[in-house]
Amino acid sequence: MIELALSHKLADLDIDIRFSSAARCLALFGDSGAGKTTILNAIAGLLRPRQARIVLDGQVLVDTEAGIDMPPAAREVGYVFQDGRLFPHLSARANLLYASQARQRKATQFERLVDLLELAPLLERRPQTLSGGERQRVAIGRALMSEPRILLLDEPLTGLHREARVQVLDHLRRLKQALRVATLLVSHQADEVIALADEVIRVHAGTMTAQLDMAQFQSQRD
Amino acid sequence: MFALSADEWQALALSLRVATLSVIVSMPFALALAWLLSRRRFPGRLLVEALMFLPLTLPPVVTGYALLVLFGRHGWIGEWLAQFGIVFAFRWTGAVLAAAVMGFPLLVLSIRAAFDNVDRRLERAAETLGASAWRRFVTIVLPLSTRGIIVGSVLAFARAFGEFGATITFVSSIPGETRTLPIAIYELMSLPAGDAGVQRLTVVALVVALGATVGAAILGGSLWGRRRDD
Repeated sequence: MIELALSHKLADLDIDIRFSSAARCLALFGDSGAGKTTILNAIAGLLRPRQARIVLDGQVLVDTEAGIDMPPAAREVGYVFQDGRLFPHLSARANLLYASQARQRKATQFERLVDLLELAPLLERRPQTLSGGERQRVAIGRALMSEPRILLLDEPLTGLHREARVQVLDHLRRLKQALRVATLLVSHQADEVIALADEVIRVHAGTMTAQLDMAQFQSQRD
Repeated sequence: MFALSADEWQALALSLRVATLSVIVSMPFALALAWLLSRRRFPGRLLVEALMFLPLTLPPVVTGYALLVLFGRHGWIGEWLAQFGIVFAFRWTGAVLAAAVMGFPLLVLSIRAAFDNVDRRLERAAETLGASAWRRFVTIVLPLSTRGIIVGSVLAFARAFGEFGATITFVSSIPGETRTLPIAIYELMSLPAGDAGVQRLTVVALVVALGATVGAAILGGSLWGRRRDD
């Protein structure tokens, strides 16, 4: 369950959006430049919003009026960035284990995720030697290894060629079934949203234009 | 013919020891200052930077004199430190201090440039994965700055190895204690039969300087090459 109210000013965009959703996979759908990534950054704590109140499963992550602002390291949010951001000096294995080492937890999900994402042959390789799709799979695994309360996926398939796109999408679908992690997907591709989401929020120019269930989303598209 | 005399060996060994220790001792301070200058905006930042550059811009004799005023037996800090048995004046430890101060700006400059070059987005990613500021520094910033740290260390080592003015002003020339290689060369030059010694030590200085630079280029270069593949 996520409740979000965010008002923030970017150089060329005023964001003013509020929504709440109990969907397991919620999609923020809209053109690039609509402010979707900014919403993810606010949830992860990577930007200081002008005004915000974000509540995740009853826990307040940020409430500017009440002066609450949890540090990003404590938010337990798994963020898959659009540009991957794997650590270039670490092997895929070390990238995956980064969160459990940082939080000094046992890496209980490691084998399961390696299996689900088919990462076994990649584990000893450095990110530079991986293909785009492989890199994205490692990034998804790394975010999930932190055992997040919510997985933030920022355009996870953008920049991948057709085959890799199909493959990563397939893995995401499998993860959704196997793990039941709450997910917030940012995308401007309707097919991605249809494949993964349970509910859709349309975002345009920094505001919400509609909150739709999947049937509504599909019918609007047709 | 090229064999070094006992005195010359002594000067060479002392110089190597002083230069190496000066880099090791100043490294934690250089890392901390480089990080502050690279990542924090604080009042007085410009002043800190200006002070850090002083050993590079001042005549070394002036730096040596300042060290004498501060850390001499009756210096402002030296007198206080002497209570705890820490003495710099006319000791080899003073030569290390002088060398460290002279090499410090070069060390900080290189490391700071390396820190500036680390992609901040990687640190943000580490933050979302639960890494504290210290952990981010140790696991992301430091390893991605290896090359800059090596280059800075070599530059500072070379500067320390060649240090003359500040050292002779601060700790004078005591054989086996503060008479480093450059000071030994200078003294040999004033002796009527010192020419051969001067030439030998000059060759030694050349070998050390070239060795350090080439070694750093190989080590730094290979690290660089591996990281720049992507």
